Amino acid sequence: MSSAEELTGPGHPAFHLDEMVLNMGPQHPSTHGVLRLVLHLDGELVVSVEPQLGYLHRGFEKLAENRTYLQYLAMISRLDYLSGFFMEWSYVRGVEALMSIRVPKRAEYIRVIIGELNRIISHHIAYGDFLMNLGASTPFVWAFRDREDVYDLLEMVTGQRMMYNYMRIGGVRWDLPGEFEAGCRKFLKNFPAKIDEYEKLVTENEIFLSRTLGMGIIKPFEVLDYGLSGPNARASGVDWDLRREVGYSVYPEFDFKVPLGQHGDCYDRYKCRIEEMRESTKIIEQALDAICGGPVNIKMPPMLRPPAGDVYRAVETPRGEYGVYLVSNGGLRPWRLKLRDPTFSAISMIPKLTAGNKIADLVAIAGSLDLIMGGVDR
Amino acid sequence: MSSVTDFLVNFLPGFVLALMVIILSAVIFPFAARRILGFMGDRLGPNRVGPQGLLQPFADFLKLFIKEDVTPSQAHRMLFLLAPAVALVTPMLTQVVIPFGEDYTIADLNIGLIYIVAVGAFSVLGMLIAGWASNNKYSLVGGLRSAAQMISYEIPLILTIVLVAILTGSLSLNKVVIAQDSVWFAAIQPLAFIIYVIAGVAELNRTPFDLPEAESELVSGYITEYGGMRFAFLYGLVEWGNVTVWAMAGSTLFLGGWRGPFFNSSIWLAVKVLAMVLVIIWFWATFPRLQIDQLMAFAWKVLIPLSLLNLAATSAFILIWPDNFLLPTAILSWALIALFILFFPRIVRRILLNTRLKLLATRRMTTVISGTGKGGIRS
Repeated sequence: MSSAEELTGPGHPAFHLDEMVLNMGPQHPSTHGVLRLVLHLDGELVVSVEPQLGYLHRGFEKLAENRTYLQYLAMISRLDYLSGFFMEWSYVRGVEALMSIRVPKRAEYIRVIIGELNRIISHHIAYGDFLMNLGASTPFVWAFRDREDVYDLLEMVTGQRMMYNYMRIGGVRWDLPGEFEAGCRKFLKNFPAKIDEYEKLVTENEIFLSRTLGMGIIKPFEVLDYGLSGPNARASGVDWDLRREVGYSVYPEFDFKVPLGQHGDCYDRYKCRIEEMRESTKIIEQALDAICGGPVNIKMPPMLRPPAGDVYRAVETPRGEYGVYLVSNGGLRPWRLKLRDPTFSAISMIPKLTAGNKIADLVAIAGSLDLIMGGVDR
Repeated sequence: MSSVTDFLVNFLPGFVLALMVIILSAVIFPFAARRILGFMGDRLGPNRVGPQGLLQPFADFLKLFIKEDVTPSQAHRMLFLLAPAVALVTPMLTQVVIPFGEDYTIADLNIGLIYIVAVGAFSVLGMLIAGWASNNKYSLVGGLRSAAQMISYEIPLILTIVLVAILTGSLSLNKVVIAQDSVWFAAIQPLAFIIYVIAGVAELNRTPFDLPEAESELVSGYITEYGGMRFAFLYGLVEWGNVTVWAMAGSTLFLGGWRGPFFNSSIWLAVKVLAMVLVIIWFWATFPRLQIDQLMAFAWKVLIPLSLLNLAATSAFILIWPDNFLLPTAILSWALIALFILFFPRIVRRILLNTRLKLLATRRMTTVISGTGKGGIRS
């Protein structure tokens, strides 16, 4: 029984006077986009929460059925806009599996490098927004300052800052520019010190600890029940990372750790993301060392006709397992495309985690789950 | 007739001075805060309007003043309009007893310290009215939070002010300044000074105690429904006016007021006020926000016992050594503060996190899915 239930239970009618219904969002500073939470409050206590989705619904799955396989690539990075490259990657992996295409080695290395850079900037937002939710303003600004370095690199490679459209079925659009490697190595050299700087500001702060330790605990079996993945699952000790378990692309060649938490609280989720940024820099370094020459894509016909069949392919995005279920009937367009977004599962945890806590804890928990609504409301 | 002239001669200069201080602080401090926060976050801050952005506050005020004055249709109209005026009472009236210079106090009351406490307690009223009259749930929660918070932190604040009264032997603020002729009370009673700063930051609803206007939870708390001129009034004049007044009182009580090295002038008061406001801005850039129950626990379980202990011990020392009590009390307070800083993390964790840490200790997770590799963030 949570403390709210104790207070509002039938035994204490004196406390059950007036429950306030508060609509948090869709326009609210800390609901990250357009999540709407209907809160039932008893003073400061949250009695129950009901997430309401759909404010960013654009019909992405249906739109795929009206476009050719290549046309849809330009749209898909708009889903989870902070990790657009992974959206493209998951979709491209699905189509490549359908058509049994072998991607050139160099293209796989490039995918890993750009993907891990994208993971870093996504975790920057997770770090900054989480701390912003907790009321600290500087970490957010620092995160945005350092994101800029990565954005410069990504712009150099793809020509875009957020919606890359850089993947192609059978490779990537074009090769890395000549000055990319030097720029990337310079970033990798400076970045670990910047992570130390973030941690110095926040991790041992007593207020931060008192807000996050033991707050919003997700138990390992709940991770399985709710289908959580990514850092949210690993913070609860669920040792599952598609990069290692499935070993897609060239990930098996790299030596990296999968950071795990022990308690599954907000602190562990924060810490997992910080450690993943460190691991990502290591992966990029190894990929830059190991990258080989060769073509970066295969010559493909402009109109793809994958053979009839269905396939599920997933990649490990910064928020967890992003899955694409693709059904082809042998035509020019996908017959059905189903997307699996990890944030959707994370949002379903919110009512369970927040009932009985305070409004401030709700905001902390939502921040620690790293919610991006773009992928949820497809 | 003469009584009217008397009133005008006595009242008008003080009124104008108090108003000028508040307007100046509303012009300087929000801009300074944005600039300094910018530098601390590796940004530039507003630097477009005028040289180094110095005209930014005027541009902001101009913008806010020409905006439409909206009263929400469901608000309690009279109280909604009244709240900013009520809130301005504290910063205006507190300045009455502050010694601005060697021979200028608006009114040198012999109960100045009590007066400061009484007028300071008034500030919660404006916020509560604003929060309630807005008829907005965020505002209401913000107003209630500020009421709970300010009443709790009033107590350690008053206890430190009592300590100053004991050290001075008078309630007049002029006497307080004169008593700090040789050494500042902040050096004799650093613990009291630090408690004054912490409790004051909480009273002012500033980071890390900015729960009443926590923008990530309550949008803007009790200010949410206010816009245009009234927002400028509440945010600029009242909030920053309160900060200024808190810094003025703090400099007078603990940092020697207008006294300073080389010469005595109100310039020293201004310098000390600026330094204290800088501390607030520094906190703002550094700390996350506490949570309401932790905030209460920190007031009632840490600050109040500590200031009571300090008060009792200092009083006992003054009884034991009535003639030269300065040195023993100073040693005591420095010792207490050393202990406080040494055990601060442990105290905070014990008090703020006790139940949750126990929970963590009992429920250590075991890995249910084991992958192929090994990892760990808490080695």
